[in-house]
Amino acid sequence: MSTLVATSAPEARSSQGFRVAMLLPGALVTFLLILFALGLVLFLAFRNNDGSLLGAGFSLANFATVVSDPLYWTVTLRSLIIAALVTLATVVTAYPVAYYLAFHAGRRRGLLLFLVTLPFWTSYLLRVFAWKIVLAYNGVLNSALIESGIWSEPTLAFLNTPAAVVVTLAHAYAPFAILPIYVALDTIPKSLIEAASDLGARPFTSFRRVVLPNSMPGVLAAALVVFVPTVGDYVTPALVGGPASTMIGTLIQAQFGKANDWPFGAALSVAVMLVILCVVLVARFADRRFGSRT
Amino acid sequence: MSAARTQGGGRWLGVYVVAYLVFLYLPVLLIPLFSFNNSIQAAFPLQGFTLQWYATLFGNSALTGALLNSLVIGAIAATSATLCGITVSYMDLYGRSPLAATISAIARLPILIPGVIVGISLLILINLIGLGPSRIAIVLGHILVALPTTVVIMRSRFAAIPKTIREAALDLGASDWTTFRRIMLPLSLPAIVSAFMLAFLISFDEFIVVFFLAGTEPTLPLYIWSQLRFPKSLPTVMALGTSILAVSFIIAAAAEILRHRGLSATAPKPADPSQPKQTKRGELQWHST
Repeated sequence: MSTLVATSAPEARSSQGFRVAMLLPGALVTFLLILFALGLVLFLAFRNNDGSLLGAGFSLANFATVVSDPLYWTVTLRSLIIAALVTLATVVTAYPVAYYLAFHAGRRRGLLLFLVTLPFWTSYLLRVFAWKIVLAYNGVLNSALIESGIWSEPTLAFLNTPAAVVVTLAHAYAPFAILPIYVALDTIPKSLIEAASDLGARPFTSFRRVVLPNSMPGVLAAALVVFVPTVGDYVTPALVGGPASTMIGTLIQAQFGKANDWPFGAALSVAVMLVILCVVLVARFADRRFGSRT
Repeated sequence: MSAARTQGGGRWLGVYVVAYLVFLYLPVLLIPLFSFNNSIQAAFPLQGFTLQWYATLFGNSALTGALLNSLVIGAIAATSATLCGITVSYMDLYGRSPLAATISAIARLPILIPGVIVGISLLILINLIGLGPSRIAIVLGHILVALPTTVVIMRSRFAAIPKTIREAALDLGASDWTTFRRIMLPLSLPAIVSAFMLAFLISFDEFIVVFFLAGTEPTLPLYIWSQLRFPKSLPTVMALGTSILAVSFIIAAAAEILRHRGLSATAPKPADPSQPKQTKRGELQWHST
């Protein structure tokens, strides 16, 4: 008995040491870099800007400005509409691709999965830049249209419009949407679909009543991973959007740059996070409501 | 009849998938196309083949400095992010503690935060601790951006290793540390390399966060950004972009092959019903924080 205790004590200590060592890197990064840093943003949002790093005093003035100035309503609404359009376009166009991957790809599945995820790992800046050269006044699209005789003169109508932002973002975030939908479709038991067709459901009915409801968690996950980065984007509006498509991310970036009002920028960030929280909650609710019951 | 119909449906879907892939790749492939075009403008008709834009890449000290910065930052950030991904996901799966599960959940949180907010929150933090915009600050930012990816990859990999292997090691008297180092790490080595490569790519290409954290030494994407204002340097940017795209494609392809090769070599047979599901769940975790 005593030998058992004697051997287990150092073992327990080494096990304890192992746990601490294994938990330490993750704890440092998550608590310091994520939680503490986000806490700082929240703290700063309630301070007055006096030029110092953490501001002075406590007030709700920043939030009052965000809520009362119509500019921020306009820009927030625009960001939400653009992000919603991008999300809708990405998810709707990605769904058939994910469906093909899950049910029809056969031996080509591995290659196709690789091809649709590859752009995910290429530079976001370059993907946006590609659209700038496509849409520019003396760019690819204009010159191609003139070359083929459809257009006689180059048009300015492509670049610097909210539509350009939507197209560019939808293209840049397209690879994000396919994978979650594919995973959801792929985990649907094949027996469910067979049962539906055995019971006399036509292909479309079995898609509408069996496949689509069961893939909703994937669709909502896809919508979320596209919506979140697009709603706060500032690169695409700057490169292809022009002044008419300023988004909320642009305003936040400006507060920490030219405008140099960090507390106000922090308040804007908090507002964006609240909006995203609402969207996440709605998605969670929708997931529970329409999600799979398997 | 119904089989023939789904076949036909499959063919139309196949056409759609090809069209989708064209849409996905065409704009990006215009960059290499025009990087070889003998004209300062990216417009049709093409003006003939040239390598002069690639020649401008050499001997440009600002570019070389940015490239070196990106490589060093990418290597350090990817190493740290992979280390965090390994430990966080291992403890999440085998640590049996609420703390480990919480850390793992928070580590995947950056997916639900727009990059601009990650950037400004770190900007405040690094100024508070007296670091200021610098290369170390960029490394910290990129650890954060790459963390969800490394955690998701490592988590699904650890989950795919049969539980019995780890239990056998522990039963035979191996300590936690020995089991981790001698059993679990070697078994997940391909995924570790894959996670490192992808984390490196994320850091190498990252722009949104680095924009806030860079001091006087820019990374490659920041260098490109600074050049975009000048129409004259457009061809140079396209030559540089082509090189970056080529490297990204090669690294991503290698990472993908490694991840799958490793799985088929050591992971359980597909017939084992419990295992693929675990992997799937690991992938899904990406989105359901």
